[in-house]
Amino acid sequence: MASTIRVRAIASGDTTEVQSLIQHPMDSGFVKDAKGEVIPPHHIEVVQFEHGGKTVFTALWGPAVSKDPYLKFSFKGGKKGDDLKVSWVDNKGASDSLTAKIQ
Amino acid sequence: MNEFGGVPDRGRRIILKSAVAGGLVGLGFGSFPFPAFANADAKDWPADAFKQKSEADALKTLYGKSAEASDKVNLDAPEIAENGAVVPIAITSTLPNVTGIAILVLENPFTLAAAYKIPEGTQAAAASRLKMAKTTKVVAVVESGGKLYSATKEVKVTVGGCGG
Amino acid sequence: MLRKVLFAVALVAGTVQPLLADNAVNPQADFKAFRKYFTERFPKLPLNDFVNGPYSMDEGLRKQWQAKEEFPPYDFALDKGKEMFAKPFKNGKTYADCFPNKGIGVRQMYPMFDAKSGEVITLDIAINECRQVNGEAPLDYLKDDMASLTAYMAFTSRGKPMDIKILNDPRALAAYKKGEEYFYTRRGQFNMSCASCHVQNPGNHIRTEMLAPALGIMNALPIYRSEWGSMGSTSRRLTTCNSQIRGVPLKPEAEEYRDVEYFLSYMANGLPISGPGARP
Repeated sequence: MASTIRVRAIASGDTTEVQSLIQHPMDSGFVKDAKGEVIPPHHIEVVQFEHGGKTVFTALWGPAVSKDPYLKFSFKGGKKGDDLKVSWVDNKGASDSLTAKIQ
Repeated sequence: MNEFGGVPDRGRRIILKSAVAGGLVGLGFGSFPFPAFANADAKDWPADAFKQKSEADALKTLYGKSAEASDKVNLDAPEIAENGAVVPIAITSTLPNVTGIAILVLENPFTLAAAYKIPEGTQAAAASRLKMAKTTKVVAVVESGGKLYSATKEVKVTVGGCGG
Repeated sequence: MLRKVLFAVALVAGTVQPLLADNAVNPQADFKAFRKYFTERFPKLPLNDFVNGPYSMDEGLRKQWQAKEEFPPYDFALDKGKEMFAKPFKNGKTYADCFPNKGIGVRQMYPMFDAKSGEVITLDIAINECRQVNGEAPLDYLKDDMASLTAYMAFTSRGKPMDIKILNDPRALAAYKKGEEYFYTRRGQFNMSCASCHVQNPGNHIRTEMLAPALGIMNALPIYRSEWGSMGSTSRRLTTCNSQIRGVPLKPEAEEYRDVEYFLSYMANGLPISGPGARP
């Protein structure tokens, strides 16, 4: 099954810029379905980015983060060809991870 | 994607995951003597902070402090949101030694929208897309040198992001 | 507020004079008049920018759109469309076997007038015809699969100029004329025509929505609407437009819809395909 995680990591000089898009409903728990019943909260809680064995970014997300959540950040280090590992876990205990190559 | 349907014991689930990840049968994620890739860990999630309903309470619960306004925190947010379900927000800061960034949406049911941990070597910047229930003040908070600094902007929301 | 807006629109519009040359069907003259109207109304707007709808009309909206286009929410629907496009039918054939140029970079030719059947064929119809010929069930015009597939095909045409041919065939000219009439005819409880909003009021608000100009309005379809949180097909947008003015929506791909798509797409000839698009 295709990963839920899309990553674009681009190294430029001594900085790597990372953009990610993750496929996830991010249900807030405040929306009702067609039958008028509340759709229970279902959202990513933690997203972690690792490079060279070190965590370079951690996102802690609540239900107010938009569906198919996006993230952009930059860190020092990282060169073309390096691995960047991304993983997430949600409030139902589901998870996914992906290793992307820095371009 | 692993689906652990209906298993209530989170601790056990995490250990199972780490075993799968690389034979590391850990009993938690304190400090390992060797670098190990740790998957995103639900134990890191500050559940209480995400339950708070005011700026003061959210920051107290998350960081144990309150924030002072600073022009060294830059919050890029639209004046009028195209749609409250997807509002692009970008935060940057020129403050030194930034260790955390948090975004608060004051009129949302829960104030804290997102928080970011910024390790050394990572820039004091984060961009994301948030839901806003209605016209609201948005507060960007940056943790620098152990203190909190903030910038506030009002975002007008005509089509609410919580299904309304 | 809405009443004020509607009153203002009715007052200003009166009977919206079609931007037409005269009574005989003269698409080329209509084209010139239509284009002149919009370029004179928005003299500072680069011609190609009209295809961006409300984003061409408002700087605040444009900034949010551009931020999201860096990594668009419709990325997943687009990839799904690509997979669908490549997947063979049960008989081993693919969409590539039905379309010119293997179906890549052809969206800008639709709708086209099919001389054999005497009908206006939209891309969505061509897709279902392809499926039918190859023993597959048709896709629902309103649902996600059609939206994803047309999103991918539109993507392969991004940047290409709209290229609609009004054949010198009385049936093609009649379809074009019917499309134009549909566009300018008032309907629904609110008694508004497509033109009331998209010719008389581009850049203005109706309730909380900013109105797009009619010039180039088909070029971004299908669209991912923030409001829907998903990609929606052309039929989805046209039927909801009808509902929004409290008119009775027609069946997806009804003759009138196909004709108005034919008319509007021809008016946009030369303007780039921007689909799949994003909208509020």
